[in-house]
Amino acid sequence: MFKLLLPPPLLWALGGVFVLLVLASVAIRVLEARKPEKNWLELKLRIKTWWWIVGCFSLTLLGSIPLALVVFALISFLALKEYLTLCATRTADHVVLFWAYLSIPLQYYWLGIHWYGMFIIFIPVYIFLFVPMRMVLIGETQGFLKAAASLQWGLMISVFCLSHMAAVLTLPQLTGIGVPAQGAMMLFYLVALTQLNDVAQYLWGKSFGKRKIAPKVSPNKTLAGLLGGVLTTGLLGWLLGPLLTPFSPQHAALAGLLIGSMGFIGDIVISAVKRDIGVKDSGRLLPGHGGILDRLDSLTYTAPLFFHYVHYLYF
Amino acid sequence: MNKLLRILFVMLLARPVVRLWLGMTVRHQERLPTAGPAIVIANHNSHLDILALYSLFPLGLIPRVRPAAAADYFLKNSWMAWFATNVVGIIPVVRGGAGAGRDPLAGCRQALEAGEILVLFPEGTRGEPEALSEIKSGIWYLLRDFPDIPVAPVYLHGLGRAMGRGQWLPVPFFVDVAIGRSLCWQENKDSFRAHIRDTFLQLKQKTLPAEPGPDSH
Repeated sequence: MFKLLLPPPLLWALGGVFVLLVLASVAIRVLEARKPEKNWLELKLRIKTWWWIVGCFSLTLLGSIPLALVVFALISFLALKEYLTLCATRTADHVVLFWAYLSIPLQYYWLGIHWYGMFIIFIPVYIFLFVPMRMVLIGETQGFLKAAASLQWGLMISVFCLSHMAAVLTLPQLTGIGVPAQGAMMLFYLVALTQLNDVAQYLWGKSFGKRKIAPKVSPNKTLAGLLGGVLTTGLLGWLLGPLLTPFSPQHAALAGLLIGSMGFIGDIVISAVKRDIGVKDSGRLLPGHGGILDRLDSLTYTAPLFFHYVHYLYF
Repeated sequence: MNKLLRILFVMLLARPVVRLWLGMTVRHQERLPTAGPAIVIANHNSHLDILALYSLFPLGLIPRVRPAAAADYFLKNSWMAWFATNVVGIIPVVRGGAGAGRDPLAGCRQALEAGEILVLFPEGTRGEPEALSEIKSGIWYLLRDFPDIPVAPVYLHGLGRAMGRGQWLPVPFFVDVAIGRSLCWQENKDSFRAHIRDTFLQLKQKTLPAEPGPDSH
């Protein structure tokens, strides 16, 4: 198992990420020495947290599948907890919230036993029907629709959508096509491209951004940032495709463009939710980044869409 | 033996529940007392409050940390009484006992004289979730006799949501804790009570999340 999950291309790719992190850490030291009057604390914290995230993610990829499922279940748990902490929940729904958390181990258990049919309908059908049933048995009708809808939205985003990262990892076992190592490589491809896309959009926007693209939702997002980011991610997808995925060159470039554009959408959707609730960050779990949803916002869109892209075309 | 039980209680129950199941952010942990005699006062919305307060202290200090709790509630039956006094380590306070000629705060005075860290909930009861009730006068009477003892105010945010009055299942929510600077006793009882209330409300502001600004992402 250990050997299967550690194919050489993945090792090279992980090595590349560590090189990027070292470069970022050195760059921030140099910048700090050159311009000590500016406040570099936020950026330094962000890079330090990146080291932790990359370290944990690498260990997850190197370990066994069951361990990875536990790690991703924990990520869903933290994301749902963060969402519910921000959300206005009703005191009457106390027990319902507890049931909602219980859906997390089950959703990942379906992946563990390779039951794709259940994995894909569990939250959108069974939990969707169960939540209002449990709520109506309690009998509080004041604010019923809002409470049921916001709980279901949170479950879709933080449990259903994010669990597709683990689904990409287990895709060869789910479908019986290919070898397990391909799952780990495709998961790396998805997560690395999504996160690099965030960085690329930020850098392109900072350097060339003028025209605001969503001024009400996210004032920092610009057209140049979006286009530059999507094209950069498309190029990276095309370059990394042959190394990490079974994609043809066209499919790899298209996957990069898909991750780039949909990562942007995921980002601004979560931004809109934060604006609506009236908070700057979704939480305080990741110093320099904000909450866990601030970091995973793009993945809530890219993970399920990439999963179905791969599932349809190759697995 | 009791010392060991109390440390195990914090290590195996309080800390896992508060830090892993819930998740806690603390502001100004350094303002907590590191030695007794001292008083820690906190707002009260949940049975989890005491678990959260315990998990703020290093394990070695736990045997010296003593929460005052209602005798009529926690000493109701013998099993609960044993657990509350030996494992949790409460100091029983008889509510409404002052009228009967007994000093309800006798246990608290003893604890302070013995150099312990006394934890008090000056609202006296858990009240409505996430709402501050009236500050009772007990704290004023106690401090009148110990005016030089430092009093650290602690505001706990989110525990009433995780497990409020009448609920027995801790549902995961992130909780925020803010600790203020030491309070000073004031001669005027009502203004002292108002001062405590204002301090709690100020600390509450610190536990709320930042609002979106022009540079939000």
